[in-house]
Amino acid sequence: MAGVGGAETPARKTKWALLNIIVMVYALVPVLWILSLSFKSPATLSDGNLIPREWTLENYAAIFRTTEFTRALLNSIGIALIATAIAVVLGTMAAYAIARLDFPGKRLLVGASLLIAMFPQVSLVSPLFEIERTLGLFDTWPGLILPYITFSLPLAIYTLSAFFREIPWELEKAAKMDGATPGQAFAKVIAPLAAPGVFTTAILVFIFCWNDFLFAISLTSTENSRTVPVALQFFTGDSQFEDPTGSISAAAVVITIPIILFVLFFQRRIVSGLTSGAVKG
Amino acid sequence: MVQTSQAEPVAVSDGKGAISEGKKAERKLGWLLCAPAALVMIAVTGWPILYALWLSFQRFDLKYPDQREFVGLDNYLTVLGNGYWWSAFWVTVLVTAVSVAIEFALGMGLALIMHRALVGRGLVRTVSLIPYGIVTVVAAFSWRYAWTPDTGYLANAITPDGAPLTEHASALAIVIVAEIWKTTPFMALLLMAGLALVPDDLLKAAAMDGAGPWQRFVKVMLPMMKPAILVALLFRTLDAFRVFDNIVVLTSGAQDTSSVSVLAYNNLIKGLNLGIGSTMSVLIFIAVALIAWIFVKLFGAAAPGSDDKGRR
Repeated sequence: MAGVGGAETPARKTKWALLNIIVMVYALVPVLWILSLSFKSPATLSDGNLIPREWTLENYAAIFRTTEFTRALLNSIGIALIATAIAVVLGTMAAYAIARLDFPGKRLLVGASLLIAMFPQVSLVSPLFEIERTLGLFDTWPGLILPYITFSLPLAIYTLSAFFREIPWELEKAAKMDGATPGQAFAKVIAPLAAPGVFTTAILVFIFCWNDFLFAISLTSTENSRTVPVALQFFTGDSQFEDPTGSISAAAVVITIPIILFVLFFQRRIVSGLTSGAVKG
Repeated sequence: MVQTSQAEPVAVSDGKGAISEGKKAERKLGWLLCAPAALVMIAVTGWPILYALWLSFQRFDLKYPDQREFVGLDNYLTVLGNGYWWSAFWVTVLVTAVSVAIEFALGMGLALIMHRALVGRGLVRTVSLIPYGIVTVVAAFSWRYAWTPDTGYLANAITPDGAPLTEHASALAIVIVAEIWKTTPFMALLLMAGLALVPDDLLKAAAMDGAGPWQRFVKVMLPMMKPAILVALLFRTLDAFRVFDNIVVLTSGAQDTSSVSVLAYNNLIKGLNLGIGSTMSVLIFIAVALIAWIFVKLFGAAAPGSDDKGRR
């Protein structure tokens, strides 16, 4: 994969290493800044240093002292996990049908889910606000889970059907020839091949739900269902007169950690999921 | 899922009746498997957007629920005749156009680096995914603190005397920077998938014929990558048009930095005016549909969803 007509000379390697460093600085500086703020004591918060002069864990302790953050964290985890589970199950079913079965209306479904992927989410805020108020779903978990499922379904269907298309389905037939029942053939041959795709999709959907701000801020009003991104916006600190910068930074770091871990561990899969879903369509 | 395989063997058996039986079973199964996903999507997008249309023809303010009445196009006249709407609209257009243009250039560079890097390719890919994964609100807070006098490294270093987030032009610039930082990696990943479609042989042949790096890029790579570029641009344009999180956290829409999304949200949640909020919802929907339509018209068969065959 060396560049066209170029040898891997030390000079070229240095050039690439330099480019890499630029990219990494670009990607990491805002993250490091919020990390640094989260460890600063109130006195040194505004010294403008990247490396805190006085390290403190007080900001972290503070956010876990009240229910404001812990409740929101619980909401975020619960809502994102449930929405991910349902979206992945429904998406797997639909993607399997799209990749393997022939039925009228298939293209319509693919087209419709593409439309939803492009749908301006804010257009749903007013009607959903009113509908959910009438149905009693406003400010509840299902009230957020439903829109999350809807908007992650196109993503799930696209990435999964791209994965499913790559599975060599002849293996299933071969297994049946060898005497496996359809159930066994599916469970022993196809499911293990499909699992990585399903898992990747689950990560992408989870990231989407974890990130959402618009629905979370419009369709919730109390701690009952407020998720962390919204709670951050409403943070006031321990008392009204305290600057919440430190607490917000600490909370921001806490909710970023799971995503960073996902990214670090499943980098390859996330890349392939994103690109196969979006480009191979 | 297990019963799916039952449809298979029937289809291969002899006799016309059996084939249509198998086909029928396959159809039924296809619909059965897709129905739940389709139902949820229709229930949560199709029905509410129609409901929004209906609400948009009414005077409906939750502060004065008794005054609810049908007013026809009055809400549309109110919104379209309002300076705030147009200010928000142009802010949205500006943020979208500038950020997508810069993202495209940066993303292309990043894609080339990720595609061709001699050293540390995996590391670069991993690290550049972090902005994609990080919660937008967290990123926005990071940028807000960076530009707040005293707490911020950028504010202190670049504008020691000012508070850039409290002025219209600089606040908008910061919104755009935050948007670009967050989504360039996504753009780069899509473009990288497009780069993978460019055969190395073709590039070598072009190099043999004396094409320099720039010529190879413009004459060989760009045309081959066209489908990926279109998908990336379309998705990012529509996504940028929805800009919300960044603006709410950075300025809350002060200094005329509201986007249409922020304005619609403010009218609904702070103003509790369902009629006006719904009108804005419908207008934004129309704007987005127009953007998508223009993309599809301009680029025709290469648009996503028009099937794989057109692109291979």
